[in-house]
Amino acid sequence: MSVTADDVRRIARLARLAEPEDRVDALVGELNGILDWIEQLNEVDVEGVQAMTTPVAFPLPMREDKVTDGGIRDKVLANAPKSDEGFFVVPKSVE
Amino acid sequence: MSADTYTLPGATGDWEVVMGLEIHAQVVSQAKLFSGAATAFGAAPNTQVSLVDAAMPGMLPVINSHVVEQAVKTGLGLNAQINKWSRFDRKNYFYPDLPQGYQISQFQFPIVGEGEIECERDDGSRFTVRIERLHLEQDAGKSIHDLDPNSTYVDLNRSGVALMEIVSKPDIRSPDEASAYVSKLRTILRYLGTCGGDMEKGQLRADVNVSVCKPGAYEKFRETGDFSHLGTRCEIKNVNSLRFIRQAIEYEAQRQIDIIEEGGTIDQETRLFDANTGVTRSMRSKEEAHDYRYFPDPDLLPLELQQDWIDQIRVNLPELPDAKRERFVSEMGLSDYDASVLAADKDRAAYFEEVAEGRDAKLASNWVNNELYGRLNKEGLTITDCPVSAAQMSGLVGLIEDKTISGKIAKDVFEILWAEGGDPAKIVEDRGLKQVTDTGAIEAVIDQLIADNPDQAASVKEKPKAMGWFVGQVMKAMQGKANPQAVNEILQKKLLG
Repeated sequence: MSVTADDVRRIARLARLAEPEDRVDALVGELNGILDWIEQLNEVDVEGVQAMTTPVAFPLPMREDKVTDGGIRDKVLANAPKSDEGFFVVPKSVE
Repeated sequence: MSADTYTLPGATGDWEVVMGLEIHAQVVSQAKLFSGAATAFGAAPNTQVSLVDAAMPGMLPVINSHVVEQAVKTGLGLNAQINKWSRFDRKNYFYPDLPQGYQISQFQFPIVGEGEIECERDDGSRFTVRIERLHLEQDAGKSIHDLDPNSTYVDLNRSGVALMEIVSKPDIRSPDEASAYVSKLRTILRYLGTCGGDMEKGQLRADVNVSVCKPGAYEKFRETGDFSHLGTRCEIKNVNSLRFIRQAIEYEAQRQIDIIEEGGTIDQETRLFDANTGVTRSMRSKEEAHDYRYFPDPDLLPLELQQDWIDQIRVNLPELPDAKRERFVSEMGLSDYDASVLAADKDRAAYFEEVAEGRDAKLASNWVNNELYGRLNKEGLTITDCPVSAAQMSGLVGLIEDKTISGKIAKDVFEILWAEGGDPAKIVEDRGLKQVTDTGAIEAVIDQLIADNPDQAASVKEKPKAMGWFVGQVMKAMQGKANPQAVNEILQKKLLG
């Protein structure tokens, strides 16, 4: 598996990362290096082995349906670059 | 399918429509899916947000066990397979009201698998819609675009609220069927108490996948399971009322037919329905976002359920609308139509059952479906705001049944109950509304009437229908309290001999 320059541009855009054009070739090399390295895993025979989601053999911890949180509007908004009347305010984002 | 498949005429012949629906149903719960913040509707902005919902670094989601139970309950209500092993995945996209930058959802391994429900068309005929899956996911926050000309305002109160996404198979073939499916699903969810179903409050939101095909193609698809027999589909987002669902489908199907007949092709895309114009338009920003790069959420372990826990939920399921309708028909002797109308709404059914307890079920059903609902609709009220309680209504029906009052007087008593309340038996007693069954009293009135109107009396022999005038006069003279059956019998005897 390998990526092309177009793949890198697309992934950057999807991740909202502004990668300068002159960095793209270098990134293609780096990413393909990582992919090659991971590719080694293909050498292991996994025939008949079920895919594992987690190595933790532990049941999913659960919570009761009780309101125990919230009511901290000022904390929630504290790091927002802009807020007004209790709302986050962001650049216009409507179609 | 019904005998008449819904078709739209085109220049190249008839077209058929195929639809699958994705319903987002907000789970009834106190707290959110992965945090302890409240879910109540209408709170001040950002007051029901925990640091988990705001996606602050280092916060970890912990699942709400009640929400899991609600999803399983819903799955059982949809006659669906419950998956004892399911998993949460991250669906990655950027939007201002999605602070995490991903939605926690279930992609590959949903909690509920295939099921089916039976729905009813406008004409009363029934059809089956197969369910593909139900999965749990987080809702996003709310963006408000009209508070400021240059900015969008974001409220995260809804962020992290639990949703069930219920996906149907492409079994829906007309706008009527789409609306019938949503309405049946809503009824089931409300019976189960797992979703409030209020579309105006956004508790139930529909995305409709629409495609068109030529007659015969759909049957080939059903035989083979091969989607290539069907047309390319477009997804219409967030159509938020039953009426809009019908409108959006009609518009979108015609749009696709026009494109194909002009030699064009349909692009698979997401479209938005504009309720003001009745038109769908492309949502360009969504196209790229379709690359969601799902992967298992490393913050959450797989969700594993025990069979005895599932069985426990199954045992405690309430009676569902189909079973209730069948019982109303088979045990209470109601018509299929009356039973359907009553069972279609949980609160109406409960009210009816209380009225019918120990009473004639048909009479109770007539009073609830006709008099009571006629009045509620006229006043724009729902059964939960009804000023006449089921106990009062039951008392009224009892008085008709034991012939204490006539149906006509009962309407007057109903008006008094509606406006003033009170005990129906006491109202009848206090206001002297009891039906007169004393034939002597009725006879006296009739004798007087015949004596006063000899010509009219004679004419009844030629035109038996003219007797209606006498019935009216007797009722008038006795303030409607005469037993109509007795009046008729005595009139027959005296006028026709």
